[in-house]
Amino acid sequence: MNQPAPPLRILPAIDLDSQRYWTSGKDGVLVIFKCHSCATYVHPPVPFCPACESVEVEPAPVSGRGRVETFTINHKAWVPGLPVPYVLALVALEEAPEVRLVGNITHCDPAEVTFGMPVDVWFEPAEDLWIPLFRPVGGAV
Amino acid sequence: MTAYAEKNTAITGIGISDVSRGASKSALALTVDAAMEAIRDAGLTRADIDGIATWPGERADGSGFSPVGCASLQDALRLKVGWYAGGGEAPGQYGAVFNAIGAIAAGLCRNVLIFRTMYEATARKTAYANALLKDGQRQAGPFSWYAPYYTYSAALQQALFFNLYVHKSGITPEQVAQIPINQRRNAGLNPNAVYRTPITLDDYLASPMIATPLRLYDCDVPCDGAVAIIVSRLDVARTLRNPPVRIEAVGSSMQYRNSWTQLDALDTQAQPKVAEMMWSRTDLKPADVDIAQLYDGFTFHTLNWLENFGFCERYGAKDFIEGGKRIALEGELPVNTGGGALSGGRLHAYGAVHEACTQLWGRGGARQVKGNPQVCATSTAGGPLAGAMLLVLD
Repeated sequence: MNQPAPPLRILPAIDLDSQRYWTSGKDGVLVIFKCHSCATYVHPPVPFCPACESVEVEPAPVSGRGRVETFTINHKAWVPGLPVPYVLALVALEEAPEVRLVGNITHCDPAEVTFGMPVDVWFEPAEDLWIPLFRPVGGAV
Repeated sequence: MTAYAEKNTAITGIGISDVSRGASKSALALTVDAAMEAIRDAGLTRADIDGIATWPGERADGSGFSPVGCASLQDALRLKVGWYAGGGEAPGQYGAVFNAIGAIAAGLCRNVLIFRTMYEATARKTAYANALLKDGQRQAGPFSWYAPYYTYSAALQQALFFNLYVHKSGITPEQVAQIPINQRRNAGLNPNAVYRTPITLDDYLASPMIATPLRLYDCDVPCDGAVAIIVSRLDVARTLRNPPVRIEAVGSSMQYRNSWTQLDALDTQAQPKVAEMMWSRTDLKPADVDIAQLYDGFTFHTLNWLENFGFCERYGAKDFIEGGKRIALEGELPVNTGGGALSGGRLHAYGAVHEACTQLWGRGGARQVKGNPQVCATSTAGGPLAGAMLLVLD
């Protein structure tokens, strides 16, 4: 019996605000909206600073490093062919820990993922997008 | 105390359809059953119903999440109303009740039919409920941030929040298990519950891991069913056949970031300030509560609410539920007395309201809490969604 092919990632619909987040990986860099006036990071992206009300808020490159704020190891094959287990995590950005990014933690055994684990972004191309994913900093593999 | 509008309203009738893992009737027919039962229970007729409300309104997406809205029910029952509303952007599932309170205060209606219909059991037999996107279609909206990461179910987000709670509180699986074990015990005494066979700690620990730390028995049960309640203006309620179950206080706030990723307090979810608001609108205290019907889409929500309502301290739920005695029918705070959504079926917090009134009206039969309970705390939850009501027998 043939194994079903692994499912493709469901891609986000992008708009003028989110477009850079999902495409900047083409240049190998993660961008997060940042206020020109007061340097507050704004995520999800919207050109309005909730701290100083400036509308001069634009994508700015960030380190792509962060820490695993929380995670789950998914064991259920929700759709045919889904390789399990895999890790879904919320990552607190190094420059602005209040900014949480969603991602899978890859390049490690799911059982090795821990709270506070330092991770680094990498990107997987999908159609016209570059999906941010995270892997352990200096990790194995 | 300020004349809060909810204090001028009361639940006057309840109805519930057959609840099953596969209905022999349509979703609308189930809704009609629940609605007519509630109308008659209140001692009213269709002609007395002058408002309709539901949450989240009709979603004709095949998911079974909300297959019936105000329009379908209004037409099926040929109701003539002064006001109606159904919509999802509200403080959780009780948003429909909060809207009805406002509509009654505004003089738009006096007897509001509020309902919630689920048809997820049947939907899942025909098409997977959470895989609603067509091939190649992209995910828009707040869940777009989760879309590419194999986040196929709300269970995944809740597992993220729950895992942080476990990490911070130190709760063990053996302690968490008291929630589903207690509810299954209660369901065994509820003829309408979907699953009634008792479960043990070993059963819980052996149930399949969905996404750490969520096991299958931490999750509510998709079902086909409908619940309806009648919310009436208090002066009207006092002329009807049931003693009014007054809406003593509500919590409907959104003081946090309304986001599934940036929600300020992940491990408490949006509940603390909602509970704070509810308690600020009443002289009653947590110690005055006789029974609690706490949201249990996942066991985690129930643990959260025990703490956020102030029945125990932050991260104290693990000790509060240890051994299961306190939350049992004969305990100091009976919780989810009909089996809840975990065993009774996922009626999305409206099963909880139905059970609250069942207990306050002394209709619980074998599961009736002793001592004539007068005060019930009830709640909804889910990430940034949260709402709370304190119900008091008039």
